[in-house]
Amino acid sequence: MANSDTMAAPAALAAGPRGPKPKRRMTRGNIMVYGTLFIFALYYALPLYVMVVTSLKGMPEIRMGNIFAPPMEVTFEPWVKAWSQACTGINCDGLSRGFWNSVRILIPSLILSVAVASVNGYALSMWKFKGSEVFFGILMIGAFIPYQVMLYPIVILLREAGLYGSLTGLVLVHVAFGMPINTLLFRNYFASIPEELFKAARVDGAGFWAIFFKIMLPMSLPIFVVSLIIQVTGIWNDFLFGASFTGPDLYPMTVQLNNIVNSVQGVKEYNVNMAATLLTGLVPLTIYFVSGKLFVRGIAAGAVKG
Amino acid sequence: MALSEATDAGQAGPTKKPTRLFKNMASKIAALPMVFTALVIFVGGTVWTIVYSFTGSGLLPRLKWVGLDQYERLWNSRKWLVSIENLAIYGICSLILTLVIGFTLAALLDRKVRGEGALRTIFLYPFALSFIVTGLIWQWILNPDLGLQSVVRGMGWEAFTFDPLNNSSLVMFGLLIAGLWQGTGLIMCIMLAGLRGIDEDIWKAARVDGIGTVKTYIRVIIPMMRPVFVTSLVLIGSGIVKLYDLVVAQTSGGPGLSSQVPAMYVMTAMFGGQNLGQGFAASTMMLVSVVIILVPWAILEFGGKKRG
Amino acid sequence: MTNSIEIKNLDLSFGAVKVLQDLNLNIGTGEFLVLLGSSGCGKSTLLNCIAGLLEVTDGQIFIKGKNVTWAEPSERGIGMVFQSYALYPQMTVKGNLSFGLKNARVPKAEIEKRVARAAEILQIEALLDRKPGALSGGQRQRVAIGRALVRDVDVFLFDEPLSNLDAKLRVDLRVELKRLHNQLQNTMVYVTHDQVEAMTLADRIAVMKGGKIMQLGTPDEIYNQPRNLYVADFIGSPSMNFLEGNLEGGAFMVDDMTLPMTGYDFAAPQTADRPAIIGIRPEHVVTGELVRNAPLQFEADVDLVEPMGSDTLVYAKLGQHSFRIRMDGQARVHAGEALAIGIDPARASLFDKATEDRL
Ligand SMILES: Nc1ncnc2c1ncn2[C@@H]1O[C@H](COP(=O)(O)OP(=O)(O)OP(=O)(O)O)[C@@H](O)[C@H]1O
Ligand SMILES: [Mg+2]
Repeated sequence: MANSDTMAAPAALAAGPRGPKPKRRMTRGNIMVYGTLFIFALYYALPLYVMVVTSLKGMPEIRMGNIFAPPMEVTFEPWVKAWSQACTGINCDGLSRGFWNSVRILIPSLILSVAVASVNGYALSMWKFKGSEVFFGILMIGAFIPYQVMLYPIVILLREAGLYGSLTGLVLVHVAFGMPINTLLFRNYFASIPEELFKAARVDGAGFWAIFFKIMLPMSLPIFVVSLIIQVTGIWNDFLFGASFTGPDLYPMTVQLNNIVNSVQGVKEYNVNMAATLLTGLVPLTIYFVSGKLFVRGIAAGAVKG
Repeated sequence: MALSEATDAGQAGPTKKPTRLFKNMASKIAALPMVFTALVIFVGGTVWTIVYSFTGSGLLPRLKWVGLDQYERLWNSRKWLVSIENLAIYGICSLILTLVIGFTLAALLDRKVRGEGALRTIFLYPFALSFIVTGLIWQWILNPDLGLQSVVRGMGWEAFTFDPLNNSSLVMFGLLIAGLWQGTGLIMCIMLAGLRGIDEDIWKAARVDGIGTVKTYIRVIIPMMRPVFVTSLVLIGSGIVKLYDLVVAQTSGGPGLSSQVPAMYVMTAMFGGQNLGQGFAASTMMLVSVVIILVPWAILEFGGKKRG
Repeated sequence: MTNSIEIKNLDLSFGAVKVLQDLNLNIGTGEFLVLLGSSGCGKSTLLNCIAGLLEVTDGQIFIKGKNVTWAEPSERGIGMVFQSYALYPQMTVKGNLSFGLKNARVPKAEIEKRVARAAEILQIEALLDRKPGALSGGQRQRVAIGRALVRDVDVFLFDEPLSNLDAKLRVDLRVELKRLHNQLQNTMVYVTHDQVEAMTLADRIAVMKGGKIMQLGTPDEIYNQPRNLYVADFIGSPSMNFLEGNLEGGAFMVDDMTLPMTGYDFAAPQTADRPAIIGIRPEHVVTGELVRNAPLQFEADVDLVEPMGSDTLVYAKLGQHSFRIRMDGQARVHAGEALAIGIDPARASLFDKATEDRL
């Protein structure tokens, strides 16, 4: 018993914070550390707070008061208005249209891109063929090419395929541009699975797809979650592709949000704008707060290599 | 025996070497989307754009060669020069500040502070938000009449002026505040992972040698984290070149031309100005700048060892 | 004895690196063949070629008379056991055992029967519904062996199956494997770099070095008549003593000592004089009472003594040469003493210094 306790301690330590031990609480150094962290925490946290309180105030209160003050009278009207009545230059049916467009873009893009990337990663790590590394290399370099460089050729490709301006076209674009990072993620994950497992399955007569579906998939749930997180935030937050490859009826939420807030017509309703901004940020924020550690792992994995 | 089913296939099994092309067929078929993306979109698209940057394409792409005309026009355009200058200012400040803030926060968090988890959550959440959302939030906070400036003035400091978004010489810093808010959390996370990867014995050795904390960071820890810094640098660098959404949302490039950036120049030329050739030339220049950032990194990273 | 596996002129390279070169090997039906060699010599590579997990660069492989050079692993009629067990983590033990049979579309009833039989042989009936994560190392390796067993094949391939186990378990499973082979009588090819495993399990041992087979023979031949210097040095622990000298008129001359090789079984009847190396196993050096009966007698100076319980290892100086002697565990020797030793040339090995081949 005692033995297993002492064994557990170093493992816990290794995962925890490192660095020199703080000597005593509230030394001068400590005050500096906590003071600095507190100031930065304000810088990061206040905007969210301001957004929330602004979205709950009425316009008169906003004009009178202080953006940091909590609402004297809480109203949800700006939220309702942002969702169903806010105007872009063209129509006045609120953000809901953009939201549903984004959902319609997100779901197929998500399924398709994760499916393609996982198969890519699997093929690249376990079934290398002549040239497979070259294609992977191109894919990785492609991740660094500014999107603007490839934008117009894609317009032409989509137009030739009759998909320009359609959701399908945008979905395919998301799949293509999500491919490098997610393929990398899956490739590295599958490469870390012992090769002998793969060999055993081959001796057992399993082929490419049988090994993928019966052996590899059940083992790789965490990496699927990481990949999904990357893709949800990436696709939901996209502006450039949405604005370039769809028309006003199909604009995703980000594009519509920008059109609502930055439309020059009429009186600026800051509370509605902030409610709309919050609404748009809600999906990725939810993902972030729910997934916690996995999100960090996802972006770190994406960041370190991508 | 039932097993004979399985071995029957072997009896008839191939005695000759199978053709190269059909070997590993399932894998090749499965990789088709990747091959298409790599070859057609990434390579094909890039080459196409570069080729057409030497043409006089206007409303539609046409193969009418004009040599370096588009580039000449580009570098004579005031808008482009402003874009480049803006991006340079934003880029340099963003690079330095992101690294400094990211490392500082990571180092502070690494010192066994209480509430590390909560703080990390706070520092990182902006990264989950889009640049559009980021830009709009900060547009509101920096609103001169109702935002930060008016709050400080309301506290009795009447002369306080902080209105970067309407001041052409400060607007890039207004963008910078928003950009840093969104992106430093990621770098902090990477740095923190790097710090956690350093052997704890290093700290013990430094303690034994009587080296102070700050000095240990500067002399020992930072040099050890070179790969992490390089990764961060590449990440920040390639992000800066793509800077677009944030500007669209926060300032729309204004006031006047004063927050124009190259990506915006490309978009207007391609989709707004019916001036495709300019767009192609400008985006080619963006590509060149990425190459300039990446090649030294690639040489540093992969130059020594040859990769299979 | 017919051949179960025939390997003809096998070449295998990874890019420019030639790992196996012109390798020929015939393995008899029911034979237990051990591939022995130091790390990186190509043992696993050879085994993977037999299994069809690596594509050969050149040459041919026959299993039970069929050319399987280009056949899929599952079509070759082999079962394979890996060092890291390689059990499918998300499947139960039963799932692991039946996966291959399901892929081969064996009827359900037959699967049940074979799984039950394998489980019985390996005594893992009680574990059938557990996941591999809930098994000990020894149990996992049993399941891995079971996975090969249910395939009902004639050839078993083992890649260092015991080297992840602790010492005691390794001995237990080794004995079980031998019993299994006696019971099933199928062909087994077994990779290891553990000499004890090789000597105890093998019908024949193939000692490999740099992708080539240095010697193929029974454990007795490998131990007593190593065909070259490498095999002599590789086999045996502590390893053989080597003295460099000259072969002159049927006697081995080293410094001022002369060792007449009476009773030594030369490979060629008339072996010409040449520079040579003599190899003497530490355990073939006799001491005490036995010295008197030994054909050759010397006096050595004891340098260092390592008591090891069952034996005592003595490091001594014979002339200017250091010399290891294995003595009884009860032997009382001390550093600095003079020790009378006896050597029997019939049990020594002589090698040509230039070619390093046995004379
Ligand atoms: N995929 C590969 N690419 C390149 N070289 C390889 C590859 N696999 C093995 N090698 C090389 O082939 C040689 C033989 O490897 P192999 O795995 O057969 O050795 P081994 O005898 O099984 O060693 P060990 O006892 O360590 O398992 C080694 O030098 C190894 O570096
Ligand atoms: Mg091996």
